[in-house]
Amino acid sequence: MADPMKIRANLVGDSTEVKVLMSHEMETGQRKDAQGKTIPAWFIQKVKVTHNDKVVLAAQWGPAVSKNPFVSFKFKGGAKGDKVKITWVDNHDDSRTDEATIA
Amino acid sequence: MRTMIRLAVAAGAAAVFAASTGAALGESTADEIAKYREALQDGNPAELWEARGEEMWKAPRGPNKVSFERCDLGLGPGVVKGAYAQLPRYFPDAKRVMDLETRLVWCMVRQQGMSEADALKNTFGDGSAKRSDLEALAAYVASQSQGIRMHVALDEPHVHDMYRLGEKMFYYRGGTHDFSCATCHGDDGKRIRLQDLPNLTKVEGARKAYTTWPAYRVSQGEVRTFQWRLNDCFRQQRFPELAFGSDASIALTAYLAGRANGAEYAGPAIKR
Amino acid sequence: MNTNRRHALKTGSALSLLTLVAAAGWLKPGEAAAADAWNKSAFETHSLDETMKALGGSSPVPSNDIVFFSTPDIAENGAVVPVGITSKVPQTESIAILIEKNPNMLAAVFDIPPGTDPSLTTRIKMAQTSNVYALVKANGKYYVTSKEIKVTLGGCGG
Repeated sequence: MADPMKIRANLVGDSTEVKVLMSHEMETGQRKDAQGKTIPAWFIQKVKVTHNDKVVLAAQWGPAVSKNPFVSFKFKGGAKGDKVKITWVDNHDDSRTDEATIA
Repeated sequence: MRTMIRLAVAAGAAAVFAASTGAALGESTADEIAKYREALQDGNPAELWEARGEEMWKAPRGPNKVSFERCDLGLGPGVVKGAYAQLPRYFPDAKRVMDLETRLVWCMVRQQGMSEADALKNTFGDGSAKRSDLEALAAYVASQSQGIRMHVALDEPHVHDMYRLGEKMFYYRGGTHDFSCATCHGDDGKRIRLQDLPNLTKVEGARKAYTTWPAYRVSQGEVRTFQWRLNDCFRQQRFPELAFGSDASIALTAYLAGRANGAEYAGPAIKR
Repeated sequence: MNTNRRHALKTGSALSLLTLVAAAGWLKPGEAAAADAWNKSAFETHSLDETMKALGGSSPVPSNDIVFFSTPDIAENGAVVPVGITSKVPQTESIAILIEKNPNMLAAVFDIPPGTDPSLTTRIKMAQTSNVYALVKANGKYYVTSKEIKVTLGGCGG
């Protein structure tokens, strides 16, 4: 099971600011190892962020997103105690879901 | 006069070292790079290591199934807050001055029952999914000293001796290129390509440098510790390999940490 | 159903359409996710034109209403380049990041449902000094702005 994400969700005025740090190799498939073999591509392809079951951000990524991806954005609404849930799916069909409480 | 030396790095890539006298980066370039470094501060991947390290700290480990909560880093068993800011220090139970990593290994062997070989099996991660426990533990412990002023006990006789030894080592020239630490870090305005080299002989430089390790090193994709930093410096100076946790490594650490005394610890940081 | 929409649904570039439709409550979340195939062809393009075709859009119009923020001019390490983009184009539906000189141009596409600020930061990999494009889809039309980011290899320490 992949490592947990670090999610921070904070109320800023009437919006919720979400910052997420994901743990993922984001291997491009372009690198070679010490023996000259190509290291296979392994990267997050889809991301979904929901707040109370409403999608507040959805994304599709290629391997050019940096290793241990970081994203920050804001959405209107949200109240202290609400849950923000983030799911990613990678090209191995592995996925990870974590949630955070809006502070 | 500038001397250009072509060096072959272990990985096979060519590195160029320019020993310049006062040829620092242009202001606007330096500013832009400062902006780059600033922009990376938020969402430091080191936080992922800190989380892993915290879990490891609290979990029963090794044949004796003992957690690090019994490990005394100098402030009492299990006390992590502020521990990094007072290391290295002398530990009477080990009869040795130890830095964080050597103390962690000591606890792994003496308390958790691991063999030394097992404890040292994976000191530095290699950038792949195979990661180092020690780096995660170091990230966690160091994070608990954030904002606390460095206060290595330089007047303690054993630490004092290590400090003096480290100081000698700092200026000692050797290896195939007759380098010492001071060759790169003994003057203002030095750089290697676009990497500014801190002047560690000045208090300002010493403080800024020491208080930002461990750090998530982007180019490594890992959190790197001071043991790693010294090891890599030795490699670049074409010195023999600096053994992990050796007295040599602790002496240099004691010297550089001691010179940072009074500065607020700022790590784990994020670096190129 | 008109043929354009049918084509869009078949090639999977209907991600945006379906996600927004789901966000508006017209589809149950599961349905959108199921149809949410990763747009492989869009991530294998080598020019802006090719990318636009794969995304199912027309040529983007240059716009000063798309702004980079917290995006340095020089990145010490091309593996991690912070990029922030704010779109002031009304009814922004999505923001995409393209890197001209990367092996494949498209790095990421973010869909912005109503209620979400059309502004975000993330970190991308750049193979070398290159133009970075911020591509915005708003009200069915595409807009773009670009910025050159220099990539260096640092020395040895820090």
